Amino acid sequence: MTDPSSSRERVLARVRSAKATMTEPPIARDYRTAGDHDGADGESLIEVFIDRLIDYRAQVTRVADDDVAGAVSDILGREGARSLVVTLGYPDRWRPMGLDPVVDGLGQDGATLLSTTELDGIDAVVTTCAVAVAETGTIVLDGGPGQGRRAITLLPDLHIVVVRTEQVVPRVPDALPLLNPRRPLTWISGPSATSDIELNRVEGVHGPRRLRAIIVD
Amino acid sequence: MTATAGSGPIPVDPPRATNTGHLHGRPFPAAARVALGDSQLRRNIGKATHTIRDKRAIVVDELADWRELRAAGAAIKDATMARLDTYLEQLEEQVTAAGGVVHWAADADEANRIVIDLCRRAEATDVVKVKSMATQEIRLNEALADAGISAWETDLAELIVQLGHDMPSHILVPAIHRNRAEIREIFNREMGKVGRPAPSGLSDEPAALAEAARVHLRQRFLSTDVAISGANFAVAETGTVMVVESEGNGRMCLTLPRTLITVMGIEKLIPTWRDLEVFLQLLPRSSTGERMNPYTTMWTGVTEGDGPQEFHLVLLDNGRTAALADPEGRAALRCIRCSACLNVCPVYERTGGHAYGSIYPGPIGAVLSPLLTGVEDNTSLPFASSLCGACYDVCPVAIDIPSMLVHLRTKVAALPEKARTPERQLMRALAWVMSSPSRWTRSIRSMGLGRFLARNGRFSSMPPPISGWTATRDLPAPPEQSFRDWWAARAPEDGAS
Ligand code: SF4
Repeated sequence: MTDPSSSRERVLARVRSAKATMTEPPIARDYRTAGDHDGADGESLIEVFIDRLIDYRAQVTRVADDDVAGAVSDILGREGARSLVVTLGYPDRWRPMGLDPVVDGLGQDGATLLSTTELDGIDAVVTTCAVAVAETGTIVLDGGPGQGRRAITLLPDLHIVVVRTEQVVPRVPDALPLLNPRRPLTWISGPSATSDIELNRVEGVHGPRRLRAIIVD
Repeated sequence: MTATAGSGPIPVDPPRATNTGHLHGRPFPAAARVALGDSQLRRNIGKATHTIRDKRAIVVDELADWRELRAAGAAIKDATMARLDTYLEQLEEQVTAAGGVVHWAADADEANRIVIDLCRRAEATDVVKVKSMATQEIRLNEALADAGISAWETDLAELIVQLGHDMPSHILVPAIHRNRAEIREIFNREMGKVGRPAPSGLSDEPAALAEAARVHLRQRFLSTDVAISGANFAVAETGTVMVVESEGNGRMCLTLPRTLITVMGIEKLIPTWRDLEVFLQLLPRSSTGERMNPYTTMWTGVTEGDGPQEFHLVLLDNGRTAALADPEGRAALRCIRCSACLNVCPVYERTGGHAYGSIYPGPIGAVLSPLLTGVEDNTSLPFASSLCGACYDVCPVAIDIPSMLVHLRTKVAALPEKARTPERQLMRALAWVMSSPSRWTRSIRSMGLGRFLARNGRFSSMPPPISGWTATRDLPAPPEQSFRDWWAARAPEDGAS
């Protein structure tokens, strides 16, 4: 490791010599940091969040806790999804009626890890989330209970995500302290999209082409 | 080079980027002339740059604290550079602790060798790739091909470029020079040669073309064992690496394969997790003009049962330490590759990205490419600008590109006579580029040469290239009146800052 002729040592030596004349500037954090909310909280926060999601052409349903299962069923029916995957920790009471989900997980409760080919053949996935950001309409998954490994929210074409209102924070600086960087994180802001062809926006290339959010009071 | 005061060994000039990389092309003048003759290209580029720039302006205006975020972004990057060695070691330690393996590459050749070795060890004949400037810079795809490994681009635009045997023309929308009919033709002709053919009766609707790409790449994602990516940021404190994207091809590559190899320039570091609160606001708004891009993936080493079980991070120098050693050029290393400067540049708008030769086009490319290779290998690019200053105004990390270009021009001017012929041709080409009187007037009005003069206060301090330029007869002289107007309005402000 400390062989002076190794590229590691050479690059580090070059860096040290190159930055010799530099002084470290102070970083003024006088932008709006965590907790700096301009009075946006409670109901107005949720309204902004919903507005931003719709702007990304994600569809949004807002329901009471008792009605989540019904809302999931409705979406599955409307979108014509005939198979569904959930992961360990997804609340039983939020499972849809009439469509028995496949459970993906690591060995407990009889669940198994599905192969990517199996996942690719499944129409829909429903998950919880870790945190959501109102200002940018972002939903963050951290692989925690009910969210699962990243592949399950990637291969099915329809992603239904259940967000509890208390998980919605105003802005990006509020979200970061709530997340553990050592977990794999996926920040989702609307469905997969591209503007690569003549700058026309097309929803849905490789990720789920449809994103449906259920917001639970 | 700058002499450092005090004792100790005289620092050796850090080696520049190796010649094998993709940082040069035809001299700008010749390439620009070709581009200017292509009206399709100019229309597409014009539409793209204007659309994105308008979107950007709207979402940037939405944030009341944009100025403060921008200043913090610049300061964080400068603070990173001032202790880059420490942060690199910290990153290495964190990535290693989380089960990743860190490799160091002094130049393009070494980076390519490392990646090829890793692919061979994984017995990979095919790899999937996420759009990455760093791997284009080192010509990784070509090196892999020479080693018998096929690299498949998965970003829609990069796929179009790859299937079209073409070159990217914009950092953000690399296939913007192609229209839908051309894309349809490329898909019909090429997809079947390398994998699943385009569906019969493919229309040229963007949605149909995107669907064809989805289907074409799906099996590739499910069956390829090795993925190669770049990185937008890496956090020294935690070892977290991050990729922002839109289509989901990034998520596919970062999630499904067994082995992930990430090639990252050493300047992509930021010190702390918290610093992301700045860049996650600056980047998407500056880049695509969105409040947030559809997908951002962050990972730290490997996670059991989730994603690649082998992770390699290749830290790339390739001229970056040379740029760092240049006190007037090092701020270019702040660049977060948002491409906002391309979208406002009157020269880029007229010539497109190909003219720059380097894979870093536009204003940032005009400074970054010569900084990485040394000016003697890139004498024409510092002149590929009218110094109008629009790039500086939109840059989310406040890189003063115009001043840097002037600095690089001075360096070119100091080269031996025969090393700098392209510069002359460039003057003429630029004159032609800018010869529409209305455009020229506009760019002068929007700051133009005056900006530079304001800095220096007097004409005699203008470096030779600009004095030569203003003397060029076929170039309309800057209208006196607007310059004086500008001067009157601008001078006190500059004096105060
Ligand atoms: S120089 Fe600034 S504006 Fe241009 S790509 Fe880099 S960060 Fe963006």
